[in-house]
Amino acid sequence: MEAPRFELTASPHIKGPDSTPRIMWTVVATLVPVVGAAVWYFGPSALLVISASTAGCLLTERVFGPGGAVRDGSAAITGLLLGLTLPPGLPMWMAGLGGVFAIGFGKLVFGGLGQNIFNPALLGRAFLQAAFPEDLTTWPDMSGPWSALRGDNLALPLMSADPVATVTGATPLGLMKFEGTDTELVRLVLGSTGGSLGETAAVVILLGGAYLALKKYLDWRIPVAIFATVALLSALIHLLDPSKPGALFMLFSGGLMLGAVYMATDMVTSPTTPRGAWIFGFGIGALVVLIRLWGGLPEGVMYSILLMNALVPFIDRATKPRLFGTGKEAMA
Amino acid sequence: MLSFFGMTFSHGVHPPDSKSLTEHVAIRRMPFPKRLALPLRQHAGKPARLLVRKGDRVQRGDMIAEADGYVSVPIHASAAGTVAAIDWWPHPDGTMAETVILDVEPWSPQIPRPRLVPDWNGLTPAQVRKAVQGGGVVGLGGAAFPTHVKLSPPADLELEWLLVNGAECEPYLTTDHRTMVEFPERVHFGIRIMMQCLGVQRAVVGVEMNKPDAIAALERTKPADLDVTIQPLVVKYPQGAEKMLIKVVTGREVPSGKLPMHVGAVVQNVGSIATIAEIFETGLPLIERVVTVTGSGVRRPSNLIVPVGAMLGDVLDYCGGLTDDAAEIVFGGPMMGSSQPDMRTPLVKGTTGVVVLTDREVKPKTTYPCIKCGHCLDACPVFLNPSRLGLLAQAGRYEEMRDAYHLMDCMLCGSCSYVCPSNIPLSQMFSLSKNMLRKQQDLVAASAPKKDVA
Repeated sequence: MEAPRFELTASPHIKGPDSTPRIMWTVVATLVPVVGAAVWYFGPSALLVISASTAGCLLTERVFGPGGAVRDGSAAITGLLLGLTLPPGLPMWMAGLGGVFAIGFGKLVFGGLGQNIFNPALLGRAFLQAAFPEDLTTWPDMSGPWSALRGDNLALPLMSADPVATVTGATPLGLMKFEGTDTELVRLVLGSTGGSLGETAAVVILLGGAYLALKKYLDWRIPVAIFATVALLSALIHLLDPSKPGALFMLFSGGLMLGAVYMATDMVTSPTTPRGAWIFGFGIGALVVLIRLWGGLPEGVMYSILLMNALVPFIDRATKPRLFGTGKEAMA
Repeated sequence: MLSFFGMTFSHGVHPPDSKSLTEHVAIRRMPFPKRLALPLRQHAGKPARLLVRKGDRVQRGDMIAEADGYVSVPIHASAAGTVAAIDWWPHPDGTMAETVILDVEPWSPQIPRPRLVPDWNGLTPAQVRKAVQGGGVVGLGGAAFPTHVKLSPPADLELEWLLVNGAECEPYLTTDHRTMVEFPERVHFGIRIMMQCLGVQRAVVGVEMNKPDAIAALERTKPADLDVTIQPLVVKYPQGAEKMLIKVVTGREVPSGKLPMHVGAVVQNVGSIATIAEIFETGLPLIERVVTVTGSGVRRPSNLIVPVGAMLGDVLDYCGGLTDDAAEIVFGGPMMGSSQPDMRTPLVKGTTGVVVLTDREVKPKTTYPCIKCGHCLDACPVFLNPSRLGLLAQAGRYEEMRDAYHLMDCMLCGSCSYVCPSNIPLSQMFSLSKNMLRKQQDLVAASAPKKDVA
């Protein structure tokens, strides 16, 4: 019989339904409500900042990355996450520059997708924090109509924000640290407080995270370990020294939700072993409490995650899974 | 330890089982094709030694190649005919292999002959082993390991269990399923022969729960005088891997680098067990086997009794041919089988099935970098770190793979590749790495300074 040309592949000849772009775009999809919440609370400024950071990421990936890499969705995640860590009044050009740095120096110099050591979005944010410390800690006052810009978003490139354009407010963590004032828990959970764009929508973030965990697109152990560590440590400290904030305030304030659910769980920069995930999450939680309560900064989620990112190769090596047929389960 | 509910091991994957195409299709006998191709290498171990020459006439069941040593079995003519050629011929493993080409005599009635295998009654274990080797019996689950070797455990090891592998965890395949449903007595007879030969008191048949009719048939025909348990298993791949089955049934893990015998168990595939019984029943050696020809690329998916050596093209023709969108032909299951490019390739003793995948079912071609998602770690049934192993393989660090990441414990089940979202051919890389290490070892051995004899 006339033989057509057949495929010749190595086994296995079938493939499960998951693919890397599918994982990435699912994460993007769960971030859409988080962005929506940011826009709900902060108005058009939120959209401007997040669009700028995302554009910076996509453009850099497109220009300097391998062909077609934009389509895998990972740069879009970085852009959205970076935008969500920024204050609503940030000039757009700074957000865009942060995106360029995040992809260029956070990912591409390491060799692109899968090769980077640090979470690119957080690296971008760390760069911005070092370059423009004032703009990154200018929190707008939330008064005024929804449609009002929350700062000098449209400042020309290389120009700093016009200070007159911004009425500054404060974040719950800042209030706690520098003025010793508490914020109502309900407002923290719902997100109607000052802060970065994505710091405020705890419920939406948790729902997105739960969905991703069910799909196994993120390792549930990491956020659970972080939350448990932060809650237990701060409860203990609160017990010894009641002037320090309690567990619930620590959990729902600042960037902990976004950081624990979306950044610490970045597959590339977190451990692959189950035991490693617990250690990683514990480390982040402990560092967050340390920095927040005794460090010079009001918030420490970014540095905690970046520090633990650096340890991931060592954690992975130290937590190799038990080989089948070794240890006490093996019958000699 | 044994429970009425399904049992299983940790990790593993859940590919769609795709068995509905043939699971209720009764086994039919395929008529003799005009030509057969019988490779001398159809089993693990040494290839058989050729006994015939071009032009020789042989009867059905005649030995055409004899066992060459202990880990080797003879090859028999699966039909009466004339040796047309002895030539290099495409082999299912992708190479060309020395093969006897047999022109089948169309007028031959292919009638049964006086016994070529002795009656089982009254045989000693040693005689049974000899008959099994003489009958050319190998494991029919795919690896084709000579069965008589498995029947001869070292005297210093105490055996407790005979585990009969009826899991058939590979998607699509239904040969073991149909064998258990249609020939349950034969399975139990095979179990009796093996238990007697091994001197074990307990046998457990593990069957995945997607085959309730097979479980029922085996329960119904269970002999009263033997301790045989039919154990339902959770449907999960690779449930039928020896180590997984042993873990599930006995609770023991075969120590790394050791054999099932070291935990007191012998595992035998249900099809092989039925074959042992069959050669004693019919008196004919292993010259035919049950094969599932299936997949959406085949017009008439079937379970067939196929003469060993029937060529792929003839078998497919008998099943109505291929559909227009047929894209890949696999011998064995889709998880561990091998792709076939050539219609002349024969189905051999170890061929469990022919699976034809269509355009839509073949693997995607695009791969992405490893994003360290860890899905492969959750899939690996022997708890390796395939993600790390894959990166090391790409870097050519084979020794590190072996020494620090236990490459040699990998059984190439393909679970990691199946789940990898980046579509990285992990198990292919591991198979390659193992080969590289083997080659390296051979080179080292060959270049080692020879002891001075003088």
